[in-house]
Amino acid sequence: MEYLIGIQGPDYVLVAADNVAASSIIQMKHDYDKMFKLSEKILLLCVGEAGDTVQFAEYIQKNVQLYKMRNGYELSPSAAANFTRKNLADYLRSRTPYHVNLLLAGHDESDGPGLFYMDYMASLAKAPFAAHGYGAFLTLSILDRYYRPDLSRDEAVELLRKCVEELNNKYRMVLVVLIRTQPGHQVGMFQTKVQKHAGLQRFGSDPVHQVE
Amino acid sequence: MALQDLCNFGDIFQESVGTARNVMAVGQRKSCSYATGVALSNSTSLFHFYIPEACYLDESPIQFGQISTMQSSSGIPSQETLPIPSSLPESLPFTSSQVVPLPFPMAHGTTTLAFMFQGGVLAAADTRSSCSGLVACPASQKILPIHSHLVGTTSGTSADCALWKRILSRELRLYQLRYGRRLSTRGAAKLLSHMLHPFKGTELCVAATLCGWDGGEPDDGCRAHKGSEMDHGESRETTKAHLEKTAGAPGEKVSVSKTQSSSFTKQQCSRRKISFSGPSLFYVCSDGTRLEGSLFSVGSGSPYAYSILDQGVRWGLTVEEATSIAREAVYRATHRDAYSGNFVDVYHVTSKGWTRRTREDLKEEYYREKEKRRLERERRGTTFPG
Repeated sequence: MEYLIGIQGPDYVLVAADNVAASSIIQMKHDYDKMFKLSEKILLLCVGEAGDTVQFAEYIQKNVQLYKMRNGYELSPSAAANFTRKNLADYLRSRTPYHVNLLLAGHDESDGPGLFYMDYMASLAKAPFAAHGYGAFLTLSILDRYYRPDLSRDEAVELLRKCVEELNNKYRMVLVVLIRTQPGHQVGMFQTKVQKHAGLQRFGSDPVHQVE
Repeated sequence: MALQDLCNFGDIFQESVGTARNVMAVGQRKSCSYATGVALSNSTSLFHFYIPEACYLDESPIQFGQISTMQSSSGIPSQETLPIPSSLPESLPFTSSQVVPLPFPMAHGTTTLAFMFQGGVLAAADTRSSCSGLVACPASQKILPIHSHLVGTTSGTSADCALWKRILSRELRLYQLRYGRRLSTRGAAKLLSHMLHPFKGTELCVAATLCGWDGGEPDDGCRAHKGSEMDHGESRETTKAHLEKTAGAPGEKVSVSKTQSSSFTKQQCSRRKISFSGPSLFYVCSDGTRLEGSLFSVGSGSPYAYSILDQGVRWGLTVEEATSIAREAVYRATHRDAYSGNFVDVYHVTSKGWTRRTREDLKEEYYREKEKRRLERERRGTTFPG
């Protein structure tokens, strides 16, 4: 199953997603990217039904870029999140609702970092931390326990490592977690690229190592 | 004649896509009547097409495609005037509105596979067409060439696949005529995926892998250098996999011309601003999945094929090795899967285009292997008596 997680800090947002594209029992791809860059400051993570995810995410992506072209300035993360939610809500009671669960992470000059949780019922919540998928059942309590609003970046990565370890421990599916960020970004997006391969073999508590 | 009607059909559903998507508050009737208006003009043609409309599916999925008195009395004018095609038999079993989830994927009775390696893209498939548990055709064609450098494997409903492949060929040819260059495999995959999107949730079932070779257009003067296209492949290959080409590859003539024209073609590259050139493999499914990869297998026999392929496929395979792995994978899958069998087709796509291997009977393969096993047993029997 697919998994998304986001953790907001004082001046950054850390997001991670698994890398597997599966079709029923077969894993068709092990390096599938579920993050869509809406702008330099906003990242959209999208999981859900097969075709809906890419269609919807690309639709939002192109519309956010169009807004910038038309008006000369970018949408704020909050505005982008509300726009996304509005689209989900509009299609919800149509013949073709989009079955997608989203996390939108962004950094605004005025408002600071923001993490927005949206699900296929078109709900929207700005949250300090959030997760999607079956893995969320296992990791939300870890986040509840250890999260503080003033986490440093290293501490947030450590918290993420705890979550991934728990998933490897208790969750039956193979999970490869890729935290994508754009390196060289000033304030806002997190800066490390971490990759951990997990599987049915127990590697023990394999520490998450930083790969630049 | 048929293609002309397809052209009409293409225009219809493009607009009905636009209007169907705009169904917010008011649009429903608008989309129906629009599709109706144009569909009527098509009713006189021999190649009659039924397009699932938004309102039909909304009304009652059970009666999809059937003549229904309920609908005519419901009072919506657009549906009454819509011609129901007589070609669609009413005795076809339609799914009930409750969908019973399958325990595991049983659809797509076939085994098709495709993978990339240093020598291009190899596609292989069986040839059995099954229909409700019996073999409808033991020698069907599941790998359809789309154009000179693009081949597609088909899985799902044979009719749907054949039609959509033809539509895709038409669209790619139009693109080529309009813009003077071939659309990349990625573009073709995206085009097919977007064409299939309006039919998501209907009975349409197409799961295809597009295997192609991009780049090296003759219009840009690369015709003079025959090896130039392969050079793109070489440069891309080295950056991609950092593996050396095996010495025994039959495509070795490339390496001779490589040194000569590599600089020239690099200039060509920068002038034409192509970002990508070389083998390319995409999986497109009618449920909306579109994945890029280097190894795919689709169909009911795919798990069996995957296990063979995952063991043997590497970038550095020779063409013979790759062909033998592909054949073996299809053979093993046909051995275990009831819905795959009969023959195996192997297509190889290189920078020069696609080539097709002679169709092989897997029955012979089975007997050959049986004979080999028997001989081995005998040999072992003599060395280890008792």
